Amino acid sequence: MALQTLDIQRRSATTTPSPDVRQNLQTIEVAKLIDVSKCIGCKACQSACMEWNDVRDEIGVNVGVYDNPPDLTADSWTVMRFSEVEVEKDKLEWLIRKDGCMHCADPGCLKACPSPGAIIQYSNGIVDFQEEHCIGCGYCIAGCPFNVPRISKKDNKAYKCTLCSDRVGVGMEPACVKSCPTGALVFGSKEDMIGHATGRIVDLKERGYANAGLYDPQGVGGTHVMYVLQHADQPELYHGLPKNPSISVMVSLWKGVTKPLMSLGLGFVALAGFFHFIKVGPSKEDESEHESEPH
Amino acid sequence: MLNKTRLVARYTAGERMNHWFVAMTFILLALSGLALFHPFFFFLTNLFGGGPWTRILHPFIGVVMFVSFLSLVVKFWSNNFITRADLEWQKHLGEILANTATDLPEVGKYNIGQKYLFWALVVIIPTLVLTGFVIWRPYFAAFFPIPVIRVAVLVHSVAAFIAISAIIVHIYAAIWTSGSIRAMTRGTVSAAWAKHHHAAWYKKVTEENKL
Ligand code: HEM
Ligand code: SF4
Repeated sequence: MALQTLDIQRRSATTTPSPDVRQNLQTIEVAKLIDVSKCIGCKACQSACMEWNDVRDEIGVNVGVYDNPPDLTADSWTVMRFSEVEVEKDKLEWLIRKDGCMHCADPGCLKACPSPGAIIQYSNGIVDFQEEHCIGCGYCIAGCPFNVPRISKKDNKAYKCTLCSDRVGVGMEPACVKSCPTGALVFGSKEDMIGHATGRIVDLKERGYANAGLYDPQGVGGTHVMYVLQHADQPELYHGLPKNPSISVMVSLWKGVTKPLMSLGLGFVALAGFFHFIKVGPSKEDESEHESEPH
Repeated sequence: MLNKTRLVARYTAGERMNHWFVAMTFILLALSGLALFHPFFFFLTNLFGGGPWTRILHPFIGVVMFVSFLSLVVKFWSNNFITRADLEWQKHLGEILANTATDLPEVGKYNIGQKYLFWALVVIIPTLVLTGFVIWRPYFAAFFPIPVIRVAVLVHSVAAFIAISAIIVHIYAAIWTSGSIRAMTRGTVSAAWAKHHHAAWYKKVTEENKL
């Protein structure tokens, strides 16, 4: 089992209950709160992530902006996204968003994954890939509303932020949170984090950000990584953070009721054939046709 | 008694080998594809050496199947145009399925059911190939935007369902119509079988032989 100390709420491609023995104890839902207004873009969290998880990306090239590496990869599970925007004319704002897995309550990756147990969701809300069960099909990429999972070129397995499930499982906060020098990253129960965000939003509103707010999108059931945004009415400003993310209808059609129905359909077609034969027997030319054959 | 075993040639050795090669690769594709289709079928990955091997092998088998399928399509193409007599024959489908039909219109080399199967596969197999390329990792999927991949994987799974259902019907029809299977294994059918099921074709080949 992935972490003996944590119950599993959901497991990919599994139709029976997951290990859930502590269910009455009500595991506390956790959340990481990313306060974009406090982030200085120092990337300490990016380094801490590499350190703790022991992943090292290729040394890349400067692409002309601060984003480095320029995208999430199988070795870079969190990346700072820098956006220069003018929400009000002539008032430049530098919005820096720490990108990575949002740990959705309703995870599209887990829904899409065909391999039993390659993606699990702990009862505390963390969505974790179990790479030893991953087959490298990339369905999680199609399922994710945030474009987060990446398949490694080295081993063809999917990787993403684990929310440091290994640390959280033993009572520590994620490595990124530990490293943040400004307190832009905080971690705790989801309830406490919403409380903390509320205070921050009051503060931001007082300082002139009338649309400050919490990003905890309900289209994916809420997330276990949340943002405090100065412009919560326009999340797209933050390097295209989706406004109302949800699992794509295409994915729901593909993975919803259609699959069990089609599976039953196949069984039905085969059975129909069998019983047809049992009922009417073979289709056969009659004896007379043999006899009347020309010479 | 001699007449009873008089045989009519139906398939050349090349056609037979081509057919069975497509059949084998199709079954492998159906098994490896279904393995990822629903958890109920995931155990099928064991036939291919585990999940990753199933994922790796499936699209390669797909390409091989497609190429051999094309060669079969070329061989069978001209015998699959639907005729007026076919449509007339179709009206008697209920009696045919109940084994009670008499005085049916004369059928050519293929009946309309076989022709439907042919055209269905002519549409569906290329659909599977095209959508298969879009979702093929690690080689091709990265070239397509995620929304396109979502549509492709949905279409691939529905198309596969239709193809597999159609092939189950095809296999059953071959078993049900006794005397058919030897056409594809030995290349010949009995004259009585030919006359009963494909009278127009029987007349044509016997006339050709007389020349
Ligand atoms: C050139 C032809 C084909 C290509 C390139 C192809 C490719 C793929 C790929 C890339 C996948 C994703 C999983 C994987 O990588 O294994 C897949 C899934 C699948 N394929 Fe194919 N395929 C082809 C033909 C077929 C055919 C002929 C069938 C049916 C007999 C089929 C049935 C399936 C099914 C059922 C799935 C699972 C879909 C799902 O999970 O919803 N494929 N195929
Ligand atoms: S790539 Fe791995 S984790 Fe992603 S859907 Fe496929 S098996 Fe699941």
